[in-house]
Amino acid sequence: MGVVQGDQMVLNIGPQHPSTHGVLRLKVVTDGEIVSDITPIIGYLHRCFEKHCENSTYEQVIPYTDRCDYIASMNNNFGYVVAMEELMEIKVPERVEYIRVIMAELNRIASHLLALGTYGLDVGAFTPFLYMFRDRERILDIFELTCGARLLYNYMWIGGVSHDLPVGFVETVYNFLDYFEPKVQEYNDILTYNKIFVERTADVGVLLPEVAISFGVSGPNLRGSGVKWDIRKDEPYSIYERFDFDVPVGQGLVGTTGDCWDRFYVRVLEIIESTKVLRQALKDIPATGDVHQALPKKIRPPKGSIYRRTESPRGDLGYYIISDGSPQPYRVKMRSPAFTALSVLNEISRGWMLSDVIAVLGSLDIVLGEIDR
Amino acid sequence: MTVDQLIDWFPISTTWPGLTFLLAVLICAVPVFLFIAVYALVVIYGELKISSFMQDKVGPMGQGVGLHAWRWGLLQPVADALKLILKEDIIPASADKKLFILAPFIVFIGAFIAFSALPFSQTLIIADMNIGVFYILAVSSLGVIGLIMAGWSSNNKWSLYGAMRSAAQIISYEIPAALSIIVVIMLTSTMSMQGIIQYQSGFIWGFLPNWLIFNNPFMFVAFFIFFISGVAECNRTPFDIPEAESELVAGAFTEYSGMRYAFFFLSEYANMFVVAGVAVTAFLGGWQSPIPGIFNSPAWGLWWFMSKTMFLIFVMIWFRWTFPRLRVDQLMSICWKGFTPIALMNIFCVGIWYLILG
Repeated sequence: MGVVQGDQMVLNIGPQHPSTHGVLRLKVVTDGEIVSDITPIIGYLHRCFEKHCENSTYEQVIPYTDRCDYIASMNNNFGYVVAMEELMEIKVPERVEYIRVIMAELNRIASHLLALGTYGLDVGAFTPFLYMFRDRERILDIFELTCGARLLYNYMWIGGVSHDLPVGFVETVYNFLDYFEPKVQEYNDILTYNKIFVERTADVGVLLPEVAISFGVSGPNLRGSGVKWDIRKDEPYSIYERFDFDVPVGQGLVGTTGDCWDRFYVRVLEIIESTKVLRQALKDIPATGDVHQALPKKIRPPKGSIYRRTESPRGDLGYYIISDGSPQPYRVKMRSPAFTALSVLNEISRGWMLSDVIAVLGSLDIVLGEIDR
Repeated sequence: MTVDQLIDWFPISTTWPGLTFLLAVLICAVPVFLFIAVYALVVIYGELKISSFMQDKVGPMGQGVGLHAWRWGLLQPVADALKLILKEDIIPASADKKLFILAPFIVFIGAFIAFSALPFSQTLIIADMNIGVFYILAVSSLGVIGLIMAGWSSNNKWSLYGAMRSAAQIISYEIPAALSIIVVIMLTSTMSMQGIIQYQSGFIWGFLPNWLIFNNPFMFVAFFIFFISGVAECNRTPFDIPEAESELVAGAFTEYSGMRYAFFFLSEYANMFVVAGVAVTAFLGGWQSPIPGIFNSPAWGLWWFMSKTMFLIFVMIWFRWTFPRLRVDQLMSICWKGFTPIALMNIFCVGIWYLILG
């Protein structure tokens, strides 16, 4: 007979695990089902983004930004070009501004659809995932129509965009919106208000607003905790101040404010808000205009630095760019929202069960490409 | 056809009783095994197509070359089975080899031997025991031993988690399932499967078939509890926490591959049939026709039994592709705080109902 041991067990979740959303490794200390400590171990997808930037010209950085948050490449492009244009004091044409907003909001919807769908998978619901992918495909089709790529677009350039909109683009997006808007109710019916789903997510992994702020959590995760903070509203960039949309926040409809369900539901509401922005942008977009008009002949920003943040689907996406006057950036630093979101995982899922850790991780909607860079 | 009849037919039965028994059992066992295999192929294909229908996709359609290139992807499950047979059989170096090899068979045997008491029609039952229901309840929980063996011998943390979860789950859900079957035994005063079905002939309330589910409102509660507990015993979604893919990779089956994995798969589907079959027998009239009096020959009996059972299996598939998964503690609290007390109350209520109205 051996001695009965009351030790804790160390469990490695990942890097190859169905629900780590990429190649994340979680070192989890468990006592039976209860988890007492979680250490995220990152770097399996590190591709030296920032070092690569120092050895590329400014325009060559854009394809690298695609590959950081590969779920929302348009938004990553957007953040970089907005920062660069501010550094170089370029004024882009109206039409380009509208195109960028349309693309960014479409990509926000696509990104949230993926987040919601895979969250369904994390808690065991398979079917909603395919419903959301079905609709995400339509957005990718629109992107393919515009710039030929479905995942990594390299679409927004410093001072413009790579291609003008194709013929019939506005009608295509209108058709998509007409098709898509009723679908949100379908998602709510099958997943959001499902009793089992609510049981699994309500009151689980509560992220208090003060904890969220002290960890630097941003985006839907912060808004899920009830903090009304959206860069599009609070520090408007591009032409976002022209649009009328709400910033949804978590209200604890089925549990405590800031639980997994709130983070999920905020994303559902943001999809609706994005469709509102899209409809306004499609209505106001100038019919013609040269999208290449403001492209600089050579990109050589003056000496100095810039920090500009934008609202990516995952939160505050900041670019800090130092220029030494040469065609290559001296330094590009990317402030990744998913990185801060992951850092809060241990804080909010300690003491919960193993299944809850997976549920909390899914609700934070991390993308490993952006965390590791 | 029962084992006893077979034994009687054999002329050598007086000289070699042991041999005769063995022959009779083998003659019964081979068709059952073939039936499980064919039924599993049909239900796997059904699950592929039903889930595809629910998920707005087409499912297997027969693209590509090879076995699954036939019409409507009908041969897809055959191709799947063939793939599993041809796969390399991996036994982890650190596994407990004997237990690892034995586990899938024990799980399968638990599901397999329950078939011997399922009444497919008036005449088609392997052994109509006088304790048929009791026998099925007893042997269907045998599989959990195999699951624990699989989880323990794999020497893998995920497998261990899966095994512990399934042990807790299956043993817990046996109790409400058995308690709801007690109500049936109370009404029919028999534990023989055929006896329970024979009780359910004729009409009740003038127009409904005299199935036990229509007998009184409490019987419906009993059916509901039995069926949900049965789904939980089969480890199907929303109770699939022992093999919760997004949490435990594949639970107790993590280290299994090829045919050994296929045996777990097969026994899951066989278990579904047993649970649905018992639910049909105990509550939905078994092989009794839905219009009492007509279509009641043994051939029709087989048809009614199979169609009712397949309908319940369809409901299980429907569950799987609709619901998320419960958490392990929520699963337990539903069983111990919900189903078990309700099932106990149910026994009491059915007793009172019959004292007053019966």
